[in-house]
Amino acid sequence: MKPAAFDYIRAESAAHASALLVEDENGRIIAGGQTLVPMLAMRLARPSRLIDIARIPELSYIRDESETISIGATTRQVLVEKSALIAQKLPLLHKAIEWVGHPPTRARGTVGGSLANSDPAAEIALVAATLGATLRYVDETGENSIEVDDYFIGPMITTLPQTACLIGADFPKWGEPHVGTGFEEVNARSSDFAFVSAASQVAFDADGKCTRAVLGIGGLGDFPFRADVDAVKDRIENEAALREAIGLAIEDIEPLSDLHATGEYRRRVAVTLACRSLLNAVREAKGFAHAN
Amino acid sequence: MSAAKGKFRYISSDRRVLEDRRFVVGKGNFVADIVRPNMKHVAVVFSPHPAARIVNIDASEALKMAGVHYVLTGDELAAATQPMPNGMPTPEVKRYPLAVGQARYVGEWVVAVVADTRALAEDAAEKVKVEYEPLPFVVDGKEAFKKESPPVHPAHGSNILLDKTFVWGDVEGDFAASPRKLSFSQKWGRSSTVPIETFGVIAEWDAWREVLDVWASIQMPKYADQIATAMRLPMNAVRVHQDVDVGGSYGVKRGIKQTVLVCYLSKKLNVPVRLIEDRLDNMRGGDAHGPERNFDVELAFDDNGIIRSMKMDALDNVGAYAGRSPFQLGKPIGAIVGPYKIKSVQYRAMAVTSNKTVQEAVRAFGQSPTNYTIERALDEVAWALNLDRLEVRRRNFIQPHEFPYLIPSGTSYDSGNYPGLVDKVVKQVDLDALYAERDRLRAEGLLAGVGIASCLEPSGGNSAFEPLLNRQNKTTTWMDSCRIAVDALGTVTATMHTTSAGQGHETLVATVVGEALEIDPEKIRISRAHTLDVMPSNSPVGSRMAIMLGGAAFHAANKLKRKMMTIAAHDLGVPLEDLVWDEGTMTSKKNPEQKRTWNEVVLIAHRHFYRMPEDMEPGLTAQHVMQVPNGGKLPTDDDRIQMYPCFSFEFHVVLMSIDPDIGKPVFRRYMIGHDCGTVINPKIVHGMTIGGIAHGIGAALLEEFAYDDEGQLLTQSFMDYLLPSAHEVPKIETVHQVTPSPLTVFGQKGSGESGYLGAPAVISSAVNDALHPLGIKMNSLPLKITKLGDAIAEARAKAGKEMKQ
Amino acid sequence: MRTELNVNGQLHVLDVEPRKTLVDCLREDLRLVGAHTGCEHGVCGACTVIVDGTPVRSCLMFAVQAEGSEIITIEGVAPAPGELSILQDAFCETHGMQCGFCTPGMILAAHALLRDNLEPTREDIVEAISGNICRCTGYDQIVEAISLAARRMRGRNMPDGVPA
Repeated sequence: MKPAAFDYIRAESAAHASALLVEDENGRIIAGGQTLVPMLAMRLARPSRLIDIARIPELSYIRDESETISIGATTRQVLVEKSALIAQKLPLLHKAIEWVGHPPTRARGTVGGSLANSDPAAEIALVAATLGATLRYVDETGENSIEVDDYFIGPMITTLPQTACLIGADFPKWGEPHVGTGFEEVNARSSDFAFVSAASQVAFDADGKCTRAVLGIGGLGDFPFRADVDAVKDRIENEAALREAIGLAIEDIEPLSDLHATGEYRRRVAVTLACRSLLNAVREAKGFAHAN
Repeated sequence: MSAAKGKFRYISSDRRVLEDRRFVVGKGNFVADIVRPNMKHVAVVFSPHPAARIVNIDASEALKMAGVHYVLTGDELAAATQPMPNGMPTPEVKRYPLAVGQARYVGEWVVAVVADTRALAEDAAEKVKVEYEPLPFVVDGKEAFKKESPPVHPAHGSNILLDKTFVWGDVEGDFAASPRKLSFSQKWGRSSTVPIETFGVIAEWDAWREVLDVWASIQMPKYADQIATAMRLPMNAVRVHQDVDVGGSYGVKRGIKQTVLVCYLSKKLNVPVRLIEDRLDNMRGGDAHGPERNFDVELAFDDNGIIRSMKMDALDNVGAYAGRSPFQLGKPIGAIVGPYKIKSVQYRAMAVTSNKTVQEAVRAFGQSPTNYTIERALDEVAWALNLDRLEVRRRNFIQPHEFPYLIPSGTSYDSGNYPGLVDKVVKQVDLDALYAERDRLRAEGLLAGVGIASCLEPSGGNSAFEPLLNRQNKTTTWMDSCRIAVDALGTVTATMHTTSAGQGHETLVATVVGEALEIDPEKIRISRAHTLDVMPSNSPVGSRMAIMLGGAAFHAANKLKRKMMTIAAHDLGVPLEDLVWDEGTMTSKKNPEQKRTWNEVVLIAHRHFYRMPEDMEPGLTAQHVMQVPNGGKLPTDDDRIQMYPCFSFEFHVVLMSIDPDIGKPVFRRYMIGHDCGTVINPKIVHGMTIGGIAHGIGAALLEEFAYDDEGQLLTQSFMDYLLPSAHEVPKIETVHQVTPSPLTVFGQKGSGESGYLGAPAVISSAVNDALHPLGIKMNSLPLKITKLGDAIAEARAKAGKEMKQ
Repeated sequence: MRTELNVNGQLHVLDVEPRKTLVDCLREDLRLVGAHTGCEHGVCGACTVIVDGTPVRSCLMFAVQAEGSEIITIEGVAPAPGELSILQDAFCETHGMQCGFCTPGMILAAHALLRDNLEPTREDIVEAISGNICRCTGYDQIVEAISLAARRMRGRNMPDGVPA
């Protein structure tokens, strides 16, 4: 299981990486390599050149911006896991990150790599979809961005231009007084990709009224997506109402079906997990666990 | 001869394992660590079709590449070598290392490429063009059994390798006389033990010395014989190096095809050639897969739950070639009634070929699927009578005073105290409290179940199933040996003749020799002979080494001791019987002033020939070849056989819960009661037991070589074939009992398989107990989350509908 | 491709193909064969080495990517020939292995855990080794070994910073 031969070059900057992609359309960016290297080893990917962006210093950061938490593309997952800033300001990602692989893969794997790879069941991608992150990249035209809703389009397929180097993702911060999050996942082993997963974030005002609720579901369809639960935010503690709303929201999704989980399983359990994650988020918000 | 039972110096004490020091510093000697000068590397081209005629092979592009030395096809190899051994009398089911004429499963090796590096070999393998003509195929075992199914080996005429019905006792009479009957079916899914080290082998032919050196990650009886036969070489031209550490095997490391392939290439190219399977090679076409077995069972029993008779049909889908895999239906015959007094048994053993990867020997050699089914039978009787599952087991247990106990199939169980161990476990786990906890979990809305399973572990492995299933085979000798030498300076070296895959054989031999000679085991050097040292051995299979290698070491040590005492007696001029041995000093009982020390006797034996007894050879070397206790007979005409000699007993209890909305089973408690007679090294036995349970958890819940309808293997890597991690194996509590075997030197029995034998049975029992309130049962392994989740959802939907009606 | 690798405190200058993984480079070019290849696709953990202080899969990294990093392999753990580290000794004491194939990776994963946490719970230990598959032991004696090593390291009378 040895990769086909390729050239290797360390990019000096994201712009350099993009220029290298322009120069050779069979080039491919590597950051943490935790998903790409197995594909190379099995010769499912055969780039002519690997463009290593892992050492570009300006791509690894976690920054508290005015509206967002901004995470650099090559930020190792372990840094997110251990970041106090993420725990405080982006609790949903904090909760999700421990579900990503296991310690040695989080040591190498990057936030941008997970988003670029776009596995339907990837946790970081799910959080990005749930919160409506903005993805920033550099290509030959300069720096650009894409909203996450326009980014994932299929299993391992995104709208990122072929010559682009992802440079970071901005996750919106929520300013409401009481925010709660919930993250639920089913997998065969705790380090595996999810059969299906659900992420929720809810906000309550000082009067205990739910002002905002978002729900994302991973592993069910071709890519993680946000399911519309805004309409039930007034009945956010009513399980039956939630189940109905979630059921409706995923009605049109063609569920993935494979060796590990049938489509029926995924659809049914998606509703359960979504409901649980929302209720957990509500419980947390009302317990003022993440009061801003 | 038997050692005094009871007080041991080193046996049973909690001593370190000698092998461990080299492994913790990364200094093992695994096959991939070995480099030979100018060594070349092999990659294989595999069949993408489940069945296809090989129309043409074009290697011209590959051969043009720099660093590529050879491209080998099945036709060339088959012409130059003998087919690999066939366990069954099915001469038309021929197997060669590379497919000849036809490919018979996805992943079958079709072409081998030799290059300077493995990466280059893989590059070249991609350039080999193989033209195929797809043929009809069959992947399901029951389908393959049907007459109209496409035969995997057309010359054989059908897919049936074995279909033999055994009847032991008055089965029909017992069925007719029994007031109650039931039947059930279940399936053991295709899984295996999947070591983390794949199989690897290096062959190096020396044309001037005419010796073929082989280093391999092997655990197989008669490996050197098979190499010599396949290569048409005299056996004394094959030197297998047995000091190679094997990175896990649990039965499967049988790489004869890989070995013949590299042996041929080394001889052909006159360079050392190495093949280290990568994980894909291993999962698709290496020695990776294990039993896949359908069971149909009928039971005859009475109102008290006493099982009088059992009919068991077992159909095993062995994959595309025969090998030894049909024999995995044979070994269970030696424990076909488990620990229970079932008077008569009908057993139909069926092995079929299919277009799946070849099956190899797996831990417990077919006993684990059968045990899963025997234990299900006990649960079924309990459910049918609304009796407690444990009570039904107690009523059917062979009792301690009934040993040796002859089971209907002709095997005598050596010893046991099944109710005794069960009592200990019940007390330790507090079974009533465990049921109360189950009920509490149920009240919380979970599905929860207690699992109960016994298992009998036949040990001291021999090949008695071979003559039983194949009357042309008359082999009954299944020995193992140990040689002990005291050198001129008085230090001790013990030699064994096998590779090891983590079983701690060096520790075993050192402990036993130390015990017998009363010297510190850590001062004994253990050597692993290569096969030109020619010590009769059959390798560590069938939980046999504590009994066989331990026995051989004990007897060899006693021979040596006797020789030393004979020399001392002669030198002192006292009768042999007058001497006592105390930590190597030999002292006259009558006159304790009269004595000879260890070093004095060593000096005599090595240097002072004039002080030796007449006719005694100089030097201090002793060897013992041990035959399996109770073994060595052919089966009777009515198919009765003494299979293995010793029977360990284990009793597993678990509490599991399942979130009904999710379907994921979770362990709440796991306890095993364990009785393998006298324990030689507690650390080793503990590890074997817990490790076996981990394997069983994998087989029961996670692991499966799954195929789609097109005959494609869906689980070719560790991303899809799921091995339990530390998260998936719960804390396991153990309870010990020691019921010595009367047949072995210290009362020891085997211990390598008990966890794997009991875990799938007990997990199935717990899951079915958990599902009981829903009125459903699961009838196959593995119990994957989606399967459970979907079944629970369906049952609840049905119950919901019924409620509404 | 010319690559400088810092392994166990020693600098090596090598010419490696870019496609060569770190584990293959360690094993073949430097003959440090304690890191093993079990799956070559990042699941089994037998190839675990420590890169810049954290345990990583050396099969999921190319040697050329490791330039500039500090790499520690199992060969760099024992304090002296014939002498075991506390952790290695604990693995021997509990028999935290059988075949020994996963053992170097296990020990390095544990090594990293104990560097940060000398009072690990069973859950901490399980999580730390969850990326390392052992087919022999069922993990019990491995967990026991790490727990024992932690206890011994807590009790040892050594200044901070002396490696275990």
